[in-house]
Amino acid sequence: MSFISVFDVLGPNMIGPSSSHTAGACSIGLMARRMLGGPVSQVQFTLYGSFSKTYKGHGTDRALLGGIMGFSTDDPRIPEAYALAEARGLRWRFVINDTETEVHPNTVDIDVVGKNGTHLTIRGESLGGGKIRIVRIDGIEVDFTGEYDTLIVVHKDQVGMVAYITSCLSESRINIAFMKLFREAKGDRAYSIIEFDGYLPEAVQGKILEKEHIEHVMLIQTESHGNGDEDRPIGDQGDPHAVGQEECCTDGDRCADSQEDRCTDRREDWHTSGHVDRRTGVQEEG
Amino acid sequence: MGTMDFKNGAELLAICKEQSWPISRVMRQREEQMTETPPHILDERMAKALSIMRSAATTPIHAPKPSMSGLIGGEAQKLSRHLEQGLSICGPVLSRAVTYAMAVLEVNGSMGLIVAAPTAGSSGVVPGVLLALQESFGLTDEALLQALYNAGAIGYLAMRNATVAGAVGGCQAEVGVASSMAASAATELMGGTPEQCLSAASTALMNLLGLVCDPVGGLVEYPCQDRNAIGAANALTCAELALSGIRQLIPFDEMLDTMVRVGRQLPPALRETAMGGCAVAPSAKACAGCHG
Repeated sequence: MSFISVFDVLGPNMIGPSSSHTAGACSIGLMARRMLGGPVSQVQFTLYGSFSKTYKGHGTDRALLGGIMGFSTDDPRIPEAYALAEARGLRWRFVINDTETEVHPNTVDIDVVGKNGTHLTIRGESLGGGKIRIVRIDGIEVDFTGEYDTLIVVHKDQVGMVAYITSCLSESRINIAFMKLFREAKGDRAYSIIEFDGYLPEAVQGKILEKEHIEHVMLIQTESHGNGDEDRPIGDQGDPHAVGQEECCTDGDRCADSQEDRCTDRREDWHTSGHVDRRTGVQEEG
Repeated sequence: MGTMDFKNGAELLAICKEQSWPISRVMRQREEQMTETPPHILDERMAKALSIMRSAATTPIHAPKPSMSGLIGGEAQKLSRHLEQGLSICGPVLSRAVTYAMAVLEVNGSMGLIVAAPTAGSSGVVPGVLLALQESFGLTDEALLQALYNAGAIGYLAMRNATVAGAVGGCQAEVGVASSMAASAATELMGGTPEQCLSAASTALMNLLGLVCDPVGGLVEYPCQDRNAIGAANALTCAELALSGIRQLIPFDEMLDTMVRVGRQLPPALRETAMGGCAVAPSAKACAGCHG
């Protein structure tokens, strides 16, 4: 049984109203941002199960968007996420998938594109009490929570890769808490996911990347290590006008105000207007 | 000093007896021991939790705000004025506890900042009771911070050995557990022994056994807010019983098992699906602002 802290009981500190539908959603958004490793220019959220049905009343949409902008579960800016996203030149869309039922009731797929062009898709589940789990990265089934500092190494599935990664970690005296390996198929792309104790020096990441057949290394640090998510508005890191917002919620500022109904209605129209296939959530060329 | 990692109420009481410590101190020591976190960091985190609780419990009295759906909002202000006008029939401690508990749910329902205790839907009970006692009895913040560790110990046992999810156990698992946390914390705060704390916790959970989770519109607003009020009132009552020396027949560990058993017997319609109870009452279904 995993350890239950007094702050798991009296916590999380969170923007209401729901630990699973608001706080958990925010954490999954934040995880996507941390995995991408930088500011986001475009994001699509596909909501399943209970998320797809009750997201408006629980602020799930604002929490997800807030997380993508680097907000933690207790960030008072979450209710204003639409206006802030617009001010930062972020493009977003929400897709409802209420036909696929073979998923955890609180599931979201997040498809993010970074300002530097990096692309990443993850699937997250909100398990209750603010706890979350990432179960898919770029189509591959994985399983980790982000409760520990986590290193994700994307590499070719072949002999010696895991040994190399663990030797890099042990040289830096990093103690591995959990380690799992996931792969697409034999000899294909694989993900080594290592949850560890202590602080990982950046040089280790570089060293791991030096090895042939290692494609990418993601380091996700828990908040206690203060990894400086955000807090600069994305606009400060680039030209806020560089990205158009023609198809996304351009009246996002009003979403946060009095005209929410009109705006959400408009988004519903958008979902069914041919941009999105409701059965599969696959985006068509629009 | 041995391990502080107690696994049930009986082990907790044994440690309290062996060390001659209150429950709060055992829980704090456990946190320090198990997480290897320096005490001053723990104290800072707990102080932050208390500060968020206080803000959520008092802000709506002066600045009421409607919830996301408009179902709730303004209740704390009404209660507070009622007390100020000398019209309270409950007296100041109970009236304040209920006011603060409902205030926290108002903040929660309007996307404000709260501390889940143990859940967002039951986040008003613990702060409601503790802040009302502080105000009425002139208690220090330090005393309240200790009381929060005591509440944490009870909530930890519920999370470990039972459930705090409404979808699993109904509202008894949320407001029921929150009420037992608050009852135990109030008992220690007012000079009770560890045995009296667990006795109060057990009675509080017992009184709310079978409480269903039937949120109108599927939202964490109504009847959640009213149930937080009753959770606070129940906690104060059970602390009073324990402090007076009334014995609780069933130990807290057994009461947690009982709660889980009752939860299993609740049909899914009464476990956070919005398909039964208040959620399907005609007036609730017809109300404006309710999302499907």
